[in-house]
Amino acid sequence: MGSLTASARKLARHKIVWPVVALLALMLLNLIVMPEFFSVEVRDGRLYGNLIDILKNATPLTIIAIGMTLVIAVEGIDISVGSVLAISGAMALFMLKDYPLWIVLLAALGTGLLCGLWNGMLVSVIGIQPMVATLILLTVGRGIAQLITNGQVLNTSDKAYSFIGKGQFLGLPFQIFIAAAVFLLVWLLKSKTAFGLFLEAAGGNKTASAYAGVRPRFILMTAYTITGVCAAIAGIVYSSNYASADANNAGLWLELDAILAVVIGGTSMRGGRFYLGGTVVGALFIQSLTTTIYAMGIAPESILLVKAIVVILVCLIQSDIFRGMLLPQRRKTVNP
Amino acid sequence: MKALSMKISQNNIIILATVLLLLLLYGTGAYLYNGFFSLQVFLNLFIDNAYLIIVATGMAFVIISGGIDLSVASVVALISMVSAVMFQHGANAYAVMAASIALGVAFGFCQGYLIQRFQLHPWIVTLSGMFLARGISYLISTESIVISDDTYTAISQYKIRIGGDGFISISVVIALLVVVLAIGVARYTSFGRSVYALGGSEKSSLLMGLPVARTTVLVYTVSGLFSALGGIVFTFYMLSGYSLHLMGMEMDAIASCVIGGILLTGGFGYLIGPTLGVLATGIIQTIIMFQGTLSSWWTKIVIGFLLFLFMAFQRMIVMRKEKTAAAPANIQRKIAKKVVNL
Repeated sequence: MGSLTASARKLARHKIVWPVVALLALMLLNLIVMPEFFSVEVRDGRLYGNLIDILKNATPLTIIAIGMTLVIAVEGIDISVGSVLAISGAMALFMLKDYPLWIVLLAALGTGLLCGLWNGMLVSVIGIQPMVATLILLTVGRGIAQLITNGQVLNTSDKAYSFIGKGQFLGLPFQIFIAAAVFLLVWLLKSKTAFGLFLEAAGGNKTASAYAGVRPRFILMTAYTITGVCAAIAGIVYSSNYASADANNAGLWLELDAILAVVIGGTSMRGGRFYLGGTVVGALFIQSLTTTIYAMGIAPESILLVKAIVVILVCLIQSDIFRGMLLPQRRKTVNP
Repeated sequence: MKALSMKISQNNIIILATVLLLLLLYGTGAYLYNGFFSLQVFLNLFIDNAYLIIVATGMAFVIISGGIDLSVASVVALISMVSAVMFQHGANAYAVMAASIALGVAFGFCQGYLIQRFQLHPWIVTLSGMFLARGISYLISTESIVISDDTYTAISQYKIRIGGDGFISISVVIALLVVVLAIGVARYTSFGRSVYALGGSEKSSLLMGLPVARTTVLVYTVSGLFSALGGIVFTFYMLSGYSLHLMGMEMDAIASCVIGGILLTGGFGYLIGPTLGVLATGIIQTIIMFQGTLSSWWTKIVIGFLLFLFMAFQRMIVMRKEKTAAAPANIQRKIAKKVVNL
């Protein structure tokens, strides 16, 4: 029995456990309240159901949150991702009128790359705090997107472009595969190259890592650039899904959801270790919460409220001090 | 005489730059457009931005202490909503004001407590605070509710004459009083000095025996109080409660602080700064309004550009300070020079 609690405690120390437990608890709630939530049916060779919806709708958030994880790992933050999403979406639909698809996609990705480079330059070269540096693009970004769309909502009926957001592949929405590809690429970057190690080193302690021969500037720059590209990919998916680019409302508040997904996933805002898997679970959790609220017929107005309470609870559970208060016998192991 | 003779130093150079920017912007507007250089256009800057001045001043305290408060805009919206609903149920105007202030203070205190007690990141806590306040306003109603209370309408329409044709509203007086009060608190109270010390270095403040925990909680409470005051003034201005009021205004407040020379790393800045920052953005808006053909998002682009300039400027100054700090020989030379002068 003693070893069981010990191993449970050991398990509880793994950061990935909490978001998974939260997601499972939410799913359990759904199972009890409405068992039909989990039904998946096949129509015309496509899968339909709430679970598929969650996976599909979580795509832009997941992609952005993966990028955000890298930035938060180096003790940074990027609050401009929503705006970058809007800019690249606007860019894509603007180019779509006159250019072939591959140029359009390259242009949208290039826009995200530039935005990421700009943020990275402000943070790593000039040395402005990340939150403020990215605040500039957050404010200006929607203005730039307006400039591209000329203040209107751009629409498209291009079949090939729409496939990205609405198409089906192997019976599943094509978006899901994009998210999976992004995850896989970043995961490979993290675990199979030295970059992941350098990233954690630079996030843990910039000075120490600089003495160890890591170039924190270069690492920071790369992290922000990847985030910019991720936001651009999300922008393409988003604009393709809605077949329109709305400079004002595309990806509004998405940066906040992305930060939440990362924090719920167990990555500390203070940098260092990061958990890509946790982030994906966090993003899925946020989307499941929204879908659950809709499916249960609770007023959609309460989504924000529920989100706020959940976030505070998750953060409190992750806080050592709070756990120490709940479990007094463990107080010795808690930081003084 | 000594107090009057201003010397340009690293400490006041940012604020001087802000004043210069203000004059430049105002001069450009006055030069380009007929009717820009009138008393009322100038006074309107204050009338239209009274709430933002108050909220940005509250934000300044938080930023100087080294934190951030993202919940301010949604607290203002929540207070407009709560006021409207209370009036619907026939509440007295003064009761509504008292309730608004109590709500703001309680909200700020809870955020401060969570941040301090559990060492949570201010970003996350105030972000949830933002969701929470917006969420509560959504729950109350998704529609806009008009306020037709006599006292509020009277306060809203009362004009205080200044000089010939110019007038200001009661909100402007409240805002200016709040700013003066904030300057006083920051300069002359132990709380104010603790805030600066805390922003400079939390560890050093602890070692100096300053009440770090109390100051942290208080700073967020003050921000909550100022948001509540801003909420009341904003309600005077709009005479309606709406859950979507002022989306994204927290970023305007932060931008005003930056343009007003509040150092975002904490520990430095004058409390008059946010007001100057708000005026600068207000003038940009007015110029774009006078221009007539540019759409309003140009305001955002210009403000973003200004933000960049001021941040680069701040960064340069901090870097120079770090250089002086890193070279003790330099300081010794300075002291030696002073001794010689004596």
